[in-house]
Amino acid sequence: MSTLTTTLPPAGIQITTDSATEPFWQAAKENRLVAPRCADCGTFRLPPSPFCPTCQSQNVDWVTLSGRATVYSFSIVTGVPGQPELTLAAVVVDLPDAPGARLVSNVIDTDPDAVRIGTPLIVDFIEIADGWKLPVFRVAAEAAAPAGR
Amino acid sequence: MSASGPFDTAIVGVGATPYYRRGGSAPQTITELAGKAIIAACEDAGLSVKDIDGFAYYSGAGAGYGQSMDTATFMETLGIPEVTFSAALTSGGGGSAGSIGLARAAILAGDATVVVTVMALQQVKQRLGTVFGAVAPSPENSFLQPSGLVGPGHLMSVLARRHMHDYGTRREAFAEIALSSRENALTRPKAIMRTPLTLDDYFNARMIADPLCLFDFCLETEGAVAVLTTSAERARDLRRTPVGVVAAAHGGVREWGRAFAWYGMPDEYFASSGHAPIARRLYDRAGITPDDIDVALIYDHFTPMVLMQLEDYGFCKKGEGGPFVESGAIRYKGGSIPVNPHGGQLSEAYVIGMTHIVEGVEQIRGTAVNQVPDAKLALVTGGPAALPVSGLILGRMA
Repeated sequence: MSTLTTTLPPAGIQITTDSATEPFWQAAKENRLVAPRCADCGTFRLPPSPFCPTCQSQNVDWVTLSGRATVYSFSIVTGVPGQPELTLAAVVVDLPDAPGARLVSNVIDTDPDAVRIGTPLIVDFIEIADGWKLPVFRVAAEAAAPAGR
Repeated sequence: MSASGPFDTAIVGVGATPYYRRGGSAPQTITELAGKAIIAACEDAGLSVKDIDGFAYYSGAGAGYGQSMDTATFMETLGIPEVTFSAALTSGGGGSAGSIGLARAAILAGDATVVVTVMALQQVKQRLGTVFGAVAPSPENSFLQPSGLVGPGHLMSVLARRHMHDYGTRREAFAEIALSSRENALTRPKAIMRTPLTLDDYFNARMIADPLCLFDFCLETEGAVAVLTTSAERARDLRRTPVGVVAAAHGGVREWGRAFAWYGMPDEYFASSGHAPIARRLYDRAGITPDDIDVALIYDHFTPMVLMQLEDYGFCKKGEGGPFVESGAIRYKGGSIPVNPHGGQLSEAYVIGMTHIVEGVEQIRGTAVNQVPDAKLALVTGGPAALPVSGLILGRMA
């Protein structure tokens, strides 16, 4: 049995925002995963940025996503200096309801051997420094019983 | 411009300090290390430091992360009377090879005549291996830093994993790059790592960012390297055999962009080095193909990125980098394209790409420690990193 995966110590995780990214983090405080979608051409983008890379529009709809994701690629990080006890499953995820946009996050509370490219995930939120919340992911229930869907 | 010349510009001098393990260069300062390298490069070329009138940096003239170099400071302490060009490529180590192209541009524009490119690195204040975990949070890195991908190798391990998934690449391939580099370093007096590395050593090493282990990571070393570029005309009158700048390019495409700082690359770019557009421009400008390259000095911060560059530079097909390196193709002894005969950043020393330029120069001069017989064309690459990435082809003057 491997050590279950976690995040960096949450109290030490700091984020900052700007006008483009603030709505993402405000939504996270409400346990909502959102992504900016261009209000003119419909292109999703993450991280949030001032312009649509397709049409250069600055008009944005903030779309609340289902929270479902799949592992696009990942790394199992161990031996971080000062944090030798941690096992991190750092993941880059695709978001099926925000095509083209990806998030970098962690899969928590899993055996690291259970993380694979393509593993379905579901979002969760943890409290971090300064009253913010961070979206993280758990292995989705159907991953354990893929025939069930 | 073609591989047979005549070339418009040439590298005429290289200089370096000794290479040190992390912390070993104290109490010298960044300015002192860089100054020693610049003086050494001038002595190599048969020029005075007072002949320098241009500075062409990369990495924004940064010296590693958190420290920097400054032209006015160099002028003040080295007694350089007047500078007519001082500029840097943006971003980080991706621009190392391309900085020689910046020097060339200055010379061809008539803005400067003798241009120095210099990099100095110390890692006591901040080791590079975990630098991204230590920097202050920003709105941009708030989408990356919380994940615990604390250093560049951690970030690139995610690309390596995708390459393994897409193409069946094995850890044995990454091991071969580490082992080949180590074997090359054994004969080099300046190399930091001079004990043999075995496959068992590799597979018994601790994992840092699985699929990458300790030996997939380059060294965290210190030192400085300087390179002098001038016009081909002036080069002919100097001390050393001039090494022609056959082609240089930097830049890249939006699909690669900030690379492993945003991870938004589409499938065809994700498990790559971002160098394919650079390779196309270099070969086009030089009028050559990968088969014409005699020795490849491939930026090796992390073993999988060597493999992906070999693909992007056309030494093998996309996705076939694993079997290609496992066949022994990159070995100095017996390989079809010797890669990093100097031991690279994995085993000789890491000075953010500059040691590869030095080795390219020595290979073309015919003076390398592990000389590739009759090397006529050397490829030098900058780091797979956020754009710009870059490359350089060096050749014998006609």
